Amino acid sequence: MSDTILEVRDLKKYFPTPKGTLHAVDGVNFAINKGKTLGIVGESGCGKSTTGRVILRLLEATDGDILFEGQNIRHFNKDQMRRLREDMQIIFQDPFASLNPRMTASEIIGEPLLIHNKVKNKQELTERVAELMELVGLSPRLVNTYPHELDGGRRQRIGIARALALKPKFIICDEPVSALDVSIQAQILNLMQDLQEQLGLTYIFITHDLSVVKHFSDEIAVMYLGQLIEKAPARDLFSNPTHPYTRALLSAIPSIHLDHKMEREVLQGEITSPINPAPGCRFAPRCKYAAPECTSREIHLNEINDGHFVACAMAGKG
Amino acid sequence: MTEQANTQDLLSIEDLSIVYEVDGETTYAVNGLNITLKRGETLGLIGETGAGKTTTALGIMGLVPNPPGRVVSGKVVFDGEDLLQMPKEKMRGVRGNRISMIFQDPMTSLNPVMTVGEQIAEVILIHEGVSKKASFQKAGEMLEMVGIPAVRAGDFPHQFSGGMKQRVVIAIALACNPDLLIADEPTTALDVTIQAQVLDLMKDLKSRYNTAMILITHDLGVVAQVCDKVAIMYAGEVVESGDIRDVYENTKHPYTRGLFGSIPDLDHSVGRLNPIKGMMPDPTDPPSGCKFHPRCPDATATCAASEPAPVLTETGHVARCLMLQSMVEPTDVNRVQG
Repeated sequence: MSDTILEVRDLKKYFPTPKGTLHAVDGVNFAINKGKTLGIVGESGCGKSTTGRVILRLLEATDGDILFEGQNIRHFNKDQMRRLREDMQIIFQDPFASLNPRMTASEIIGEPLLIHNKVKNKQELTERVAELMELVGLSPRLVNTYPHELDGGRRQRIGIARALALKPKFIICDEPVSALDVSIQAQILNLMQDLQEQLGLTYIFITHDLSVVKHFSDEIAVMYLGQLIEKAPARDLFSNPTHPYTRALLSAIPSIHLDHKMEREVLQGEITSPINPAPGCRFAPRCKYAAPECTSREIHLNEINDGHFVACAMAGKG
Repeated sequence: MTEQANTQDLLSIEDLSIVYEVDGETTYAVNGLNITLKRGETLGLIGETGAGKTTTALGIMGLVPNPPGRVVSGKVVFDGEDLLQMPKEKMRGVRGNRISMIFQDPMTSLNPVMTVGEQIAEVILIHEGVSKKASFQKAGEMLEMVGIPAVRAGDFPHQFSGGMKQRVVIAIALACNPDLLIADEPTTALDVTIQAQVLDLMKDLKSRYNTAMILITHDLGVVAQVCDKVAIMYAGEVVESGDIRDVYENTKHPYTRGLFGSIPDLDHSVGRLNPIKGMMPDPTDPPSGCKFHPRCPDATATCAASEPAPVLTETGHVARCLMLQSMVEPTDVNRVQG
């Protein structure tokens, strides 16, 4: 356990709404080892982005512990948090909305260095920015361009360079390639992979794209309505999906292989409301295997195989 | 290029070119495009942002905004008639009736202050000349057909989820039982499990009514699951096209190969992806010769100098690449185009 960089325990984030309490993240547990990638997948509204934001304390957790390098950061004060931000960064989904349109590429990349007093003078700043731009494959001639002059791939490279400016250990990547075309997406994924090897980064990779997450992650956690319902090493999850929701999710991916007609488990209906959820398994109303015991008690993650956890009352019962 | 269209073809696009002219700068959106489609067939039109997919669709519908858009040349022959020569009045009777379109974003293509029932009934009322009551009756039936209870006809779009809104849009598009449906990224805004439901629905309805469909997407997987034919677009041109199995299994064009190399394959793990280098060319200043040559791993000096013509591959589909041209005679490729 010594190489665990981040661990969350029973993490909860509730939002009060006029209709009741929205359980966006509801009792999530996981740990990540240094230099590894944990993929978090799920559909819109499952709480994956909220989980990422709560870990970085961009949103305050309602309950639970966030241990970063052994320290519980949930109760860190402003000063401690500020220092911690050097180690924990985020790359956002939309490189169109997450960059300040009034700042040039070099200003955006250099801003964290200035805020954290990492450079002594202007020359050092220019040098560091040039290094970072080279690291992410941005041409030096782009230093004075504004985000609107650049395409999505280059903008995302700026977002990555900015996230790397403070030499973080850990980066949350929130749908970093979802807004990009496939050929550009592959370039960015390769870049992120190279950076991970070069700099020993640890990633949480949040996405709805299952083929990307399989390619990119060591371990994958599947979320449904605020809860982790299955977690396993990437290959294991795809070869042996156990939770009925995971199975439906995987079988819904349109394969590029013409003869690959996976046995489809088409889900009935749509995601139910995360407001004041009923006790027990949240997937039960849409699950064809649901039995009375699914809703009579809370269902917790259970290890069914080496490192393969699933939260299903029916798992292992055939 | 101008030979008589095959009489069996429902749609035959010949040499279509569309430009946008803004501030004296010309954007070449679609350049000499050829596509054919028979009744009941589904064509997947694949390409990345800026490839000209949506402009092609708007060109077929006669909806290219003018100005700044302009159809420079070509024919769009639909059921024997050139839509580009058709008077506006008559075209209005075709659009939404015999050809209809589904747009990408169901959140913005529905009117937020009309009930979904009214929006479906409106199309029927305009095109079928039936009574208001009958049109509402049919609207209810259409809703049931796409899997939404007819009692919800009185609800407004915001009362539906994304997947259901897209079903409503499909109901509107199919209300007049069109011969041709153009679906522009119909499932891109949806989650995968909802996408699977919507694609199943579209496949089912298409086969039930023998509707021909052009499915515009960037997703090679969606096309593999739904389409009979495929056309890959790059910088306003179709670079490779034909029977889906042939194109997917005997890929010839370096751009198509690059697309396949860019997506992680669920069945075979690779350490690294094999992306296409560089970016899409600037459409106001397209490269000389083959438009893909600056990014092509196989490019030679010839590729920058001359434009490739479509050639028939050994296996029977069409690709536009100079490396193939030397091997195959460019005979009669128009017949199999599309």
